[in-house]
Amino acid sequence: MKILKFFLIIIIVFYFTPSNANDYELENKITKNLRCLVCQGQSVYDSDSEFAISLKLVVSNKIKEGLSEDQIYNFLIEKYGDWILYDPQFNKYTYLLWFLPLLIFLFGGTIIFKKLIRLK
Amino acid sequence: MINKTFSFLFVISLVFIFFIFYKGLNKSSLYEPKNEIKNIPKFSALTFFEKKKINSENFFEQNEYYLINIWASWCLPCREEHPLLLRLRDNDKLKLIGLNYKDNFESAKKFLNKLGNPYEKILLDEDGTKAIEWGAFGVPETFLIYQNKIVLKFIGPLNEKSFDKIEKIIK
Repeated sequence: MKILKFFLIIIIVFYFTPSNANDYELENKITKNLRCLVCQGQSVYDSDSEFAISLKLVVSNKIKEGLSEDQIYNFLIEKYGDWILYDPQFNKYTYLLWFLPLLIFLFGGTIIFKKLIRLK
Repeated sequence: MINKTFSFLFVISLVFIFFIFYKGLNKSSLYEPKNEIKNIPKFSALTFFEKKKINSENFFEQNEYYLINIWASWCLPCREEHPLLLRLRDNDKLKLIGLNYKDNFESAKKFLNKLGNPYEKILLDEDGTKAIEWGAFGVPETFLIYQNKIVLKFIGPLNEKSFDKIEKIIK
C-alpha cells in the first residue's frame, strides 16, 4: 500500500511539473522578445532593472491567468506601444519592414537569373 | 526593351530605398511615448496607511481631476518634485493620489513626515506590477486623470512647466 502511495505521489508530481516548465519556457520566450525600455540594448529577460523585474512578474501573472502569448503582447503594446517588442507584429506600420527584404531578395534573384540565362 | 524596363525598375527601387532610409534617418531615434488619451487601467491595490483594498473601478469619481503620482522614498527626483506636489495639493479642483512604488513602509513614512504629505490617498505597489498596468517606466511618473481617462502623462520629475500645464487644464 505504501509503495502504491509513493508511486501515486510520483505520478502526480510528474504530471504537474511539465505544465510549470511550459509556463516557465513561455515566460522566458516572451521576456526575451520584450525590450527593456529603461536599459540600453537589453531584453527584459537579460535585465535586472526594477522595470524589467516588475515586467517579468506581470508576464508570469498573465500566464497564470491563462492569457496567450499574443494576448500578453497586445496588453503590453497597449501600455507601451510597438517599441516594446523586438519582433514587431505585422500591421499597417510594419508591413514594409516585413516585405522589403523579400522584395529586395526577389529583385536580386531576378537579376542573377537573367544574367545566367544570358550567359547560356 | 526588357533591359530598359529592367533598368527603369532598378532605378525606381534604388530611389525607393533611398527615400526609406532618408525618412528613417531623419526620424528621431529617441523613444517618446505617445501622449494619447487612454482609459485608466483596472487594478486593485492596498491603501498605504489603512491597508484597505480598493478597486480602481469604483475609486475614481467621474467629474473630478486626479493626479496619480508614482513615487518612492529612495527616489531622488521624487524629492525634487515634492514641493510642486505640495503646491498642487492646495488646488481644490485636484485630488492627489500617490502610488508608493517598491518601497519600505517605514522609509516612506519618514519621507512623508519630513517633507510633508501632499496626497489625499496613497496606494501601495510593492512589486511594481501596478506601475506596469499604468504603463509607467519607473519613478517618478505622474498622470492627470479626468473621467477615468489619462489626460496627461509626465515621465520624470514634475517641473514648473508641467505644473503650469496641469493648472491650465484644470482651471
